[in-house]
This record gives sequence, C-alpha cells and structure tokens, in this order.
Amino acid sequence: MPTTVITLDDLKRILREAAGADDSVDLDGDILDTEFVDLGYDSLALLETAVRITREFGIALDDDVALGAQTPRQLLDVINGG
Amino acid sequence: MTTPVVVTGMGVTAPNGLGTAEYWAATVAGRSGIGPVTRFDAAGYPATLAGEVRGFEAREHLPGRLLPQTDHMTRMALVAADWALADAGITPGTLPEFATGVVTASSAGGFEFGQRELQNLWSKGGEHVSAYQSFAWFYAVNTGQISIRNGLRGPSGVLVTDQAGGLDAVAQARRQIRKGTTAMVSGGVDSSLCPWGWVAQQAGGRLSEGDDPDRAYLPFDRRAGGYVAGEGGAILILEDAEAAHARGAAHCYGEIAGYGATFDPRPGSGRPPQLRRAIELALADAGLTPDDVDVVFADAAADPDRDAAEAAAIAAVFPHGVPVTAPKTMTGRLYSGGAPLDLVAALLCLRDGVIPPTINVDADPLYGLDLVTTARAARVRTALVLARGHHGFNSAVVVRAAP
Repeated sequence: MPTTVITLDDLKRILREAAGADDSVDLDGDILDTEFVDLGYDSLALLETAVRITREFGIALDDDVALGAQTPRQLLDVINGG
Repeated sequence: MTTPVVVTGMGVTAPNGLGTAEYWAATVAGRSGIGPVTRFDAAGYPATLAGEVRGFEAREHLPGRLLPQTDHMTRMALVAADWALADAGITPGTLPEFATGVVTASSAGGFEFGQRELQNLWSKGGEHVSAYQSFAWFYAVNTGQISIRNGLRGPSGVLVTDQAGGLDAVAQARRQIRKGTTAMVSGGVDSSLCPWGWVAQQAGGRLSEGDDPDRAYLPFDRRAGGYVAGEGGAILILEDAEAAHARGAAHCYGEIAGYGATFDPRPGSGRPPQLRRAIELALADAGLTPDDVDVVFADAAADPDRDAAEAAAIAAVFPHGVPVTAPKTMTGRLYSGGAPLDLVAALLCLRDGVIPPTINVDADPLYGLDLVTTARAARVRTALVLARGHHGFNSAVVVRAAP
C-alpha cells in the first residue's frame, strides 16, 4: 500500500505543470470522469504527467498503466491502488 | 504549362518589427533591431550583439496548452503562421485538410528548450527531462506544430540548409503546389539566443565581435568583420494562382516565378563558387533575362571573401548594374528565417515601389555595386532574393508582380 494518497487537486496541478491548460477547459469543474482526450491531454501529456508523479511522490508508474487510464478517476485509482 | 504559384499571405516576427506592417515601416525607415543580447548574459562571449525580437509575449497569442511543449522559435513560428493565414483570409479548418501542406526551413531547431532539458538531464537525472523534448528541439517541429494547430495534412517537410533553407523551403512548397496541392504554408522562423545556441553560432567563425550596433554588421564595406546573428523570420502562404483567384483571395503579393539552387565546390578545389549559376538557373526557370530584374536582395555575409564572391556573381549576371540591397543589416542574419523575411521585403517592394535600404554601410567601390543605402523609390516588377548557407549552399528566388 502506498503511504501517500494523491488527490484530484494534486493531479490537476501536475497536469497544469506538465502540459499547461487552456481557458476552454474548466479543470476546476467536475472532471473526475471526463476523458483526458476531452480535457485536451494527449498521450504525451499523460506520459509527462506520470513521470512527474513518479518524481514528486516516489510512486513508480508503468508507462502502459498510465497511458491505459482514460479519465482522472481511473488514473488516480491506478496510482492510489484503489 | 506549370501553374503560377503566388503568395497570398505573410506573417512576420522580426527584430525590427512584430507583424508585417511594423516590420515594413521600420525597414523602409531604416530602423534597426540590433542591440546588446538581453536574453542571457553574453558578456563572456566574443559576440555580444543580436537582433532580438522584442515585445513577443507568447501567452498573448497562443493557448496555454502549447506553451510547455514549445521552444521560443516554435511559438514565434506558430504566431507568424496564424498571422499569415489571417492575412490570406484563410480560416483554419476551412481548407480541405489534405490539400494544404506545410514546408518550413530550420537551421537549429529548438535550442533553448534543448539546453534546458540537457541541463536537467545532467544536473537532476533522466526522469527530469520533459517528454516534449522528443520533438520540441527537432528541426521539423515548426512544420509539425503548424500542421497540427491548423489541421493541415497535405505534403509537408522541413529543409535544413542554413540561411539558404528559407528559399529552398519556398521552392519545395511551390513544387508541391505544382504537383496538385492547393495551398502551402512555408517560410522559416529561427532562434537560438541561449548560451548553447550562442556557442554553436560562434563555432561557425563568422560572427561579428563588434559592440557598436551601427558598426557591427557591414556587408560590402571595407570594415566588414562578420555578421550579427538574429532571431525571427517570416511565414508565407503560397497558393495555386487559379485556386487563390477562385476563392477570392484578399491579396496577391506576387508570384514565386523562379528558383535555382547550387552547391559550392570544396574549398581549395580551384573551381569557382556557384552563386552565379544559382542566379542564372532562377532566371531561366522564371523565363526572364537579367534586364528584367529591378532589384537584388543580397545574402550579405559581411565577410570580405564572401562579399567579394557575391558581388562578383551579381556583376557577372548584371554587367549593366542593378540596385542591390540588404535590409538584413537592420535585423542581423536570421538563419532559416532570413530569406523568407527578405521575400516579404521583396514582395512589399513590388507593392509599394520602394526599395528598402542597406543601413550603416559605406560600400567598397571595388565591388562596383549599386548599393541602395537610403530608401529609393523605383518601379519594381521583378526582384531577385539570394541566400547562402554555411558549407556551400546557394539559392536564388525570383519574385514578380502578379500578372
């Protein structure tokens, strides 16, 4: 069990740092089940996000696992072992 | 019969003007954008002057999503492409996606981005290198990002021939149109004003070490001692003339009428340089004679040997004389962005009947050039733009007023 739980707020901050954000997408809305592609994040953005999570929280994330997540909820579930 | 290819839109990011109108007003007035390097501390390097694009704030022009993945030069290229498309009256997404392509020139790639990531690699480790480094540094990145941003999926590519690349890219774009593509986004925008890029430029051995902005870059002058490097360039929209007419294009700045490219023999071979031949090829391609050319935009290396070679080539093709100018004395040499910017100046010269000046230069009479040193009113129907790249690339493009 990982000792650190990554919250949606953590994830949103890291997404912004990794791949930026546009006015056209409201990341502060209810995005848990919105697909990353609809949030404007492509596979490279997710790859960069996964590397940053590993760096910051020390949680090793396999690239394929990170890229397999379609939504923030799925990614957080994978990270937090949910 | 090959279809005429015309320029219908232009976007400029130049050291002496952001946007085509600002650039052209400054250029005709002889206002320079050369000054001390401000992007980083250049005090410890032999060259300390540059043509920096001032007042460019990427986030004022581009979505936040693009910023983490783009180098400074790509941001300027994307904005120049936006401006060029708008100038052409083209709304992205309205052209058939496979009937529009992108060919740009590049000479360095995203050096500043690359330097930052290399520093991260060596100081912090590989996991600190951005995933976007995979393409943000790359020569083809401006072509790719322009293509993605505007949904342009026609024939695309990148040309890497140093300063000559700006003309080679436009020629390749013309070729694609002649093969059936309706419109092409072309030109070039370069920048490598970071310590790594600066060191790479010094290594070329041709940078001016002068510290007076008005005396550092003096092509065809007895005081010539190298060039000042700059950043920026121009993006052009090229179209099949009939297609442009059919869609009611707002502008037709002129036709890309002729192109020639040659490569110099190896140093010490005893064989002559090939710029003259590039000019002759371009004129033949345009179906014109030297008498038809009203002005020459020179490559203007500001190196005594290379100035002599260029002056000799011009004198050989134009024994009766022809006005010659080098507005890049106001911007520095922009590598792949330099020749597209000269094409913009040449096309506006056709439009406005004024030849922009070569500033600060007291031309050496030995060269026998009719160097235009103050803006000159002239009826200009045809202009020749020359560009040479490191290690022997020579290119020439003829533009003429649209019929």
